[in-house]
Amino acid sequence: MLALADYLIVSAILLCLSVAGIIMNRKNVIILLMCIELMLLAVNTNFIAFSRFNDDVSGQVFVFFILTVAAAEAAIGLAILVVLFRNKKSINVEDLNSMKG
Amino acid sequence: MFEQVLFYVFSGLVLFAAAMVITVKNPVHAALCLVLAFFSSSGLWLLLEAEFLAIALVLVYVGAVMVLFLFVVMMLDINIAELREGFAGYVPVAVLVAAAMLVLLSTIVGHVNFGVDSIQGVAAHASDYSNTKALGMSMYTDFIWPFEIASVILLVAIVAAITLTLRKSRQTKSANPSNQVAVKSGDRVRLVKVPSEPQE
Repeated sequence: MLALADYLIVSAILLCLSVAGIIMNRKNVIILLMCIELMLLAVNTNFIAFSRFNDDVSGQVFVFFILTVAAAEAAIGLAILVVLFRNKKSINVEDLNSMKG
Repeated sequence: MFEQVLFYVFSGLVLFAAAMVITVKNPVHAALCLVLAFFSSSGLWLLLEAEFLAIALVLVYVGAVMVLFLFVVMMLDINIAELREGFAGYVPVAVLVAAAMLVLLSTIVGHVNFGVDSIQGVAAHASDYSNTKALGMSMYTDFIWPFEIASVILLVAIVAAITLTLRKSRQTKSANPSNQVAVKSGDRVRLVKVPSEPQE
């Protein structure tokens, strides 16, 4: 029988991998967006595991909403990326310094 | 037993695919590895009896979001070598941070310390149990307000994505509404006196 902790540890490893990915690929915006998707996947797996082991369907409703927001975020993020590339001819994070923030 | 084998296969695939996403050179390959990660975690969700969401993950993510990613990756003409600059330098930091996070997280969610195992698994649902029905019952009663907000968020995302990427083309003809509203009848109609011709 699989325990709750098994699923939680898998998604913890997934989260750590995506954090490592964000640190390693800090110049490539596309890979950064992909790492964010992976993080959301880890969070969703946690939600579903808790929902299953507490026998409460509300956790799955939350996953549904997270999927909705993540899809919207990906669409807007990629639109921003396309506009950025059109204006700067580059998606390197280090070139995005025109605001001097 | 069979369930455990499936769990290890799927979680191994998820972690392998995630490791490939963050290490491969080519963004197209990274996107394809991300597809593999989504597929295998939808397998994990099926093991957790969340059938509707497992299928929704495949349809929405693999079918829509990842195709969008692939489109964007292929449309952009990017210099991969330049983006990979300094990759090796960041690897030790990344491994250190990830390892520290993993130690902390597994202390919290692991089997021993905080009694996560006191949450015992419930028995599998009967074969006539419908996950979609249960989800719908909850979503359209208790969560109807968040559901409506989610649809507004999607609408905003559509409008935002289109407005951001829309490019005014010279060939597109369009009316200027403020000029149309501000026009007066005198600007458009000119009455001219014309002497009438005598009848032959």
